Amino acid sequence: MTETLYAQALNLAAGALLLTAMLILWRRELAMTIRVLAAQGLALALLVAVLAAREGGFELWIAAAGLALLRAGLLPWLLWRALAESADGQPARETRPLVDVASSLLAAAALALLAYAVSRPLVELAPSAATRAIPVGLTVVLLGFFVLVTRRRALSQLVGFLLLDNGITAVGFLTTESVGLMVELGVSLDVLLAVLVLRVLTTRMRETFGDTDLDELRELRD
Amino acid sequence: MTPPVLSVLPLAVPAVAALAFAVFGSRPAARWIGAASSVALLAVAVTLAYAVVTSGPGAALGGLLWLDAVSVFMLLVIAAVAVLATSGTPGHFRAEIAEGRAGPRTAARHGALVQAFIAAMNAAVLAANLGMLWIAIEATTIITAFLVGQRRSRAAVEAAWKYVVLCSTGIALALLGALLLNYASSTGGGGAGLNLVALADSAHLLDPDVTRIAVVLLILGFGAKAGLAPLHAWLPDAHSQAPAPVSALMSGALLAVAFYAVLRVKVVADAALGAGFARALLTVMALASLAVAATLLLAQRDYKRMLAYSSIEHLGLVALGAAIGAPLAVAAALLHVLGHGLAKAALFLGAGRVLQLTGSSKIASVRALAARAPVLAGGAGLGVLALTGLPPFSLFASELGIARAGLATPGMGWATTAALLLVLVIAGTLVWHSSRMLLGAPADVPGAAVAPVRTDTTVVVLVVGLLACAALGVTVGPLDTLLESAADILVGAS
Repeated sequence: MTETLYAQALNLAAGALLLTAMLILWRRELAMTIRVLAAQGLALALLVAVLAAREGGFELWIAAAGLALLRAGLLPWLLWRALAESADGQPARETRPLVDVASSLLAAAALALLAYAVSRPLVELAPSAATRAIPVGLTVVLLGFFVLVTRRRALSQLVGFLLLDNGITAVGFLTTESVGLMVELGVSLDVLLAVLVLRVLTTRMRETFGDTDLDELRELRD
Repeated sequence: MTPPVLSVLPLAVPAVAALAFAVFGSRPAARWIGAASSVALLAVAVTLAYAVVTSGPGAALGGLLWLDAVSVFMLLVIAAVAVLATSGTPGHFRAEIAEGRAGPRTAARHGALVQAFIAAMNAAVLAANLGMLWIAIEATTIITAFLVGQRRSRAAVEAAWKYVVLCSTGIALALLGALLLNYASSTGGGGAGLNLVALADSAHLLDPDVTRIAVVLLILGFGAKAGLAPLHAWLPDAHSQAPAPVSALMSGALLAVAFYAVLRVKVVADAALGAGFARALLTVMALASLAVAATLLLAQRDYKRMLAYSSIEHLGLVALGAAIGAPLAVAAALLHVLGHGLAKAALFLGAGRVLQLTGSSKIASVRALAARAPVLAGGAGLGVLALTGLPPFSLFASELGIARAGLATPGMGWATTAALLLVLVIAGTLVWHSSRMLLGAPADVPGAAVAPVRTDTTVVVLVVGLLACAALGVTVGPLDTLLESAADILVGAS
């Protein structure tokens, strides 16, 4: 792979990562955000595949395939099933977000600036096409955090958490040639388990509340 | 060097016990599997501590595990708290089953999950690698989520949800920090990777700017799991909704394990960035935690939440000890972890018993407990006094140590003074709330159960925990050497 092609492919994947994150922030239909999240999983897998083509590492190819399966396949499918189960009579929208669309997008721009400012030392430590994409990964992390704190529905919060995790995974692969398959495996396993736990909880929540609206969660406070 | 087989036992014993619960869990005799496993674990921890003190630290399981004074001390804390929590479990479930709130299957599932939880905590403190440590701590979140939500009431589900979302997010920040630290270490860091010992040795080679970002993320992330402000909000909910033995383990052991991760990160941070950086960060978090605990305790109406905020207070004090960073302060902070673990675990079990007797966790609905259940009330009262840092309990000795070291360290005097003032406010509030519950004349309300309550295993466990805490306060005995060498490792002196 030539240097320019590599850089372009990397930028394409990073751009897709950022674009999907912005779309999740923008759209309010839960079905749509799950689809976009799956697309982001593909973008993440593409990013790792580009790195694998460059390094020629066997481990990275496996990681790319694993990411595609997990983040573009299994996790969105789990969310999808949770949504389908709760769909009866419920509006599948984030109806009462804390921040409206325009303010969200402005906040996203501010967060992107912040990510670029914070990650300057990270890029300067070892400048390369890969490390220059770190700010994008960090922006996705911050956007995930933003979604997590501003959305009220359980499923939206899950999407925010997974967005955050996609960003972290991207930074992990961009910063090091060999993340260590063991750590990466553990991380993916943990994401999967966390989502399984949250799935069980959304089911229980529906059993006890009849809804997955986190506005209902206000018994416990001081 | 420790025998390799022995080093694996802290993981193997609870794993076998979890299996035993899965197979025999529904039989009445199986109730005591957990306690037996914890006692065995305590024996293993003592043996390992002895081995490390006499023959030095060492690796095990092909370099995956690392046993030094700090990790074996943490094993002791986990095992000691686990003995209290699991001995209180059969009594807890006998009452729950009698009231129809749980069945034998819930009890068996609880037993297996608790053993898995203990195994994950042991794995965290024995991990030789920051990545493994992270995975083990994330595993505790997942296992305990099922335990917190065990009662399946609205409040329990809500608490479990908040717990998983907040702790997973916090721990995700720590993961980002670990990845960045790995980046710094692989780019001109001497190839230490995330191995804790090698990382501490080669920390001076790390790029300071990148390391600074990594350390902030790691300390905030693991701090969230340790219940330190600003990401403490999950703690009162989770601790008040979890079944009593689980609250005991979470408050007494899990918070300490998460803080253990902070301590390990701090060693690297101090060597790479100088002592000032992590100190400033931890001081702010410690004072914020103490302030949060003090303000929210003042108007507290729920006694289980009261105990939870007291945990935030004590982890704040431990963080202050770590921030001060002198060997005396760090040794005192470690002793504080053990003393708090014993006292808080005993009290949470006691609170669980009170909840079963009165049916409410509101302070206002518990009156004159001393007249109904004198031993339970006496134990709870002494436990609260232990938490406020009165002698002879070991929290007095450790708070004194932290305060002395803090006042003697230049630049930490004001923070220590502020912390002591907040501790005084908190102590006054705790005594005020609990005296309302324990003392007074029994209410003359018809229907209120007036039959005296007979002393049961929970009360025995409560008393044993407090006795252990008091014994530690009188003399730390053989633990002295262990604490000293642990403090040396954590201040980077050895």
